[in-house]
Amino acid sequence: MTAPAAAPIEHPLLETRDLTRILPAVVPVTLVKDVSLRIGHSEFVAITGPSGSGKSSLLYLLGLLDRPTGGEVWISGTETDRLSSGELAHIRLEKIGFVFQFHFLLPEFTALENVMIPMQRLGKLPSREQHEHAEGLLAGLGLEDFLNRRPEQLSGGQRQRVAVARALANSPDLILADEPTGSLDSVATEQVFESLQKIVETQQTTIIAVTHDMDLANRMERRVHLVDGQIDYDRKQ
Amino acid sequence: MILLFRIAATHVRNRMRQTVVSTLGVALGVGFSVAMAGLMEGSQRDFMSTLIEAIPHVEIQDEQRAPALQPASERFDAVAFHGLRPKEDLRGIRNPTEALASLRDWVNGSMTQRLSGQAVLRYSGQDIGLTLTGVVPRDELDVSKIEDDMRQGSLKDLEVTSNGLVLGRKAAQRLGADVGDTVTLTSANGVAKRFKIVGLFHTGITASDEGFAYAPLKAVQILLEKPDIINSISIRLSDIGEANDVASRAERQLGYKAVSWEEANEGLMEAFFVRNVIMYTVVGAILVVAGFGIFNIVSTIVHEKAKDIAILKSLGFPETDIQQIFVLEGLVIGVLGAIAGSVLGFGLSSYLATVKFELTTDVEVTRLPIYFSVLHYAIACLLALFSSAIAGLIPARKAARLNPVDIIRGAT
Repeated sequence: MTAPAAAPIEHPLLETRDLTRILPAVVPVTLVKDVSLRIGHSEFVAITGPSGSGKSSLLYLLGLLDRPTGGEVWISGTETDRLSSGELAHIRLEKIGFVFQFHFLLPEFTALENVMIPMQRLGKLPSREQHEHAEGLLAGLGLEDFLNRRPEQLSGGQRQRVAVARALANSPDLILADEPTGSLDSVATEQVFESLQKIVETQQTTIIAVTHDMDLANRMERRVHLVDGQIDYDRKQ
Repeated sequence: MILLFRIAATHVRNRMRQTVVSTLGVALGVGFSVAMAGLMEGSQRDFMSTLIEAIPHVEIQDEQRAPALQPASERFDAVAFHGLRPKEDLRGIRNPTEALASLRDWVNGSMTQRLSGQAVLRYSGQDIGLTLTGVVPRDELDVSKIEDDMRQGSLKDLEVTSNGLVLGRKAAQRLGADVGDTVTLTSANGVAKRFKIVGLFHTGITASDEGFAYAPLKAVQILLEKPDIINSISIRLSDIGEANDVASRAERQLGYKAVSWEEANEGLMEAFFVRNVIMYTVVGAILVVAGFGIFNIVSTIVHEKAKDIAILKSLGFPETDIQQIFVLEGLVIGVLGAIAGSVLGFGLSSYLATVKFELTTDVEVTRLPIYFSVLHYAIACLLALFSSAIAGLIPARKAARLNPVDIIRGAT
């Protein structure tokens, strides 16, 4: 028995229309082809597929880190194609949080400082509130005893949870996670996954996570499966 | 900006050895620039003050800027004259007492009259040619600094000895004469007169010490057969800045050519200007070389921190922020270098100011003339900061253009 296809969403947080990304080369390489998606608020979406199927490429396009060669990306009703690189950066800062396979924390800064950096750049909160908010996020992920440790002084799972806290710093509508548990052991994987699940449940944040781990993908509410850069299926679970 | 500065400072701090080397490069550039500028300007000022002390601020000479009109030109309204023999006129400023009185009405300073001419000095069968200058000793002392160079006797002695002579010490040594000896001076017209040496001077300038002599004006006027005639008026002003104005007004008033010290040394001023241009070009070149050090370290940091650049871009830092971080890194090194360089420059200048030289046995010990000016520090520091900003900007632009996706893909 097949799972039901994803139901149409009236006011999507994120929408792509025929999204295509072709790498220019002597023989052009198609990374993503004609992907049309509508993702709503508070969704927990897994992007799966075999290696080289375009999962990460799609994620970078959704996160406005890469520009498509065709199609459109809409975020909160804003078409992003014609925005300048500065405007795209501002959307990333305010509305999107990234979690990568490797923690990608700034090595010279402590866990607390790493989480505060996006807040400091956005500058919406006063300094004291930034500090309190960062502390709260880290404590919420079980890291209250590691605030002043540098990434090198943390375990892999702890680093990845700091990266999750940093992604949440500006209370984004969308978190994009690229193999967030890919480099972790099973215990740390479980901790990080639970953290992400808790975020969707408590903060109404949408999380789109690329994963190879079918167990995790099956625990998410929606799964988009890619093959050769195209959507093979998109279904609720 | 504080956040960007913190990130920049962290990057720089993490490459301490390279940062120190680059900072040292800038510091040496700034330090040597400051010391060199101080030495250059010091020597220029020293030379100028020596020059201004040695020469009159304004000198009125017994000639006109343009040839005087000939009687035919004054009488006939013709386009041109040919074949006329010009009227011979005796050179010299006539009626000097009246000329000086008219100048004293408005000139703020001291002035003296002089009559100079060539004469042959004979003593014990030896002859030397020299320029004999007739002076009024009291006025001359107000205008020239010859009294400071007197080694024996005084210029004032010419007041009490009507046929007194003050001679360069080297000339006296050549002749074997000394104070109290009587010598014979013969003018170009063949008039001879006996003078008694009342003083010897030594300026350190050989041409003066061997070829100049002073005597009372009246005696020289008799020797040169120019009664009541002088050939220059020298003026020493209270404010040397007025020299050009005083010269042009005096020239209009008396009709004789009046030359200010600036006009007389026009070529020298141009030479100083060219020297300063060369100096600042060298200073600029030193700091450009220092800039290469900064370029090197910032480029290395950009290369090493490519992953951080990708992280910051993914967090929402725009390209301008990334660029600013790396320009700030160049500037941090530039500022540190400028501060260290200013301290080094001050120390170097202070040390050079204490270095002593003994050039000749006659002149007292000389020190290197160093001029301390805030402007030298400001120019060197600004050039260093400009050089640092440019050195940081080139790799910063490269950093800003890095594609985060390429870096993230490479890291995963």
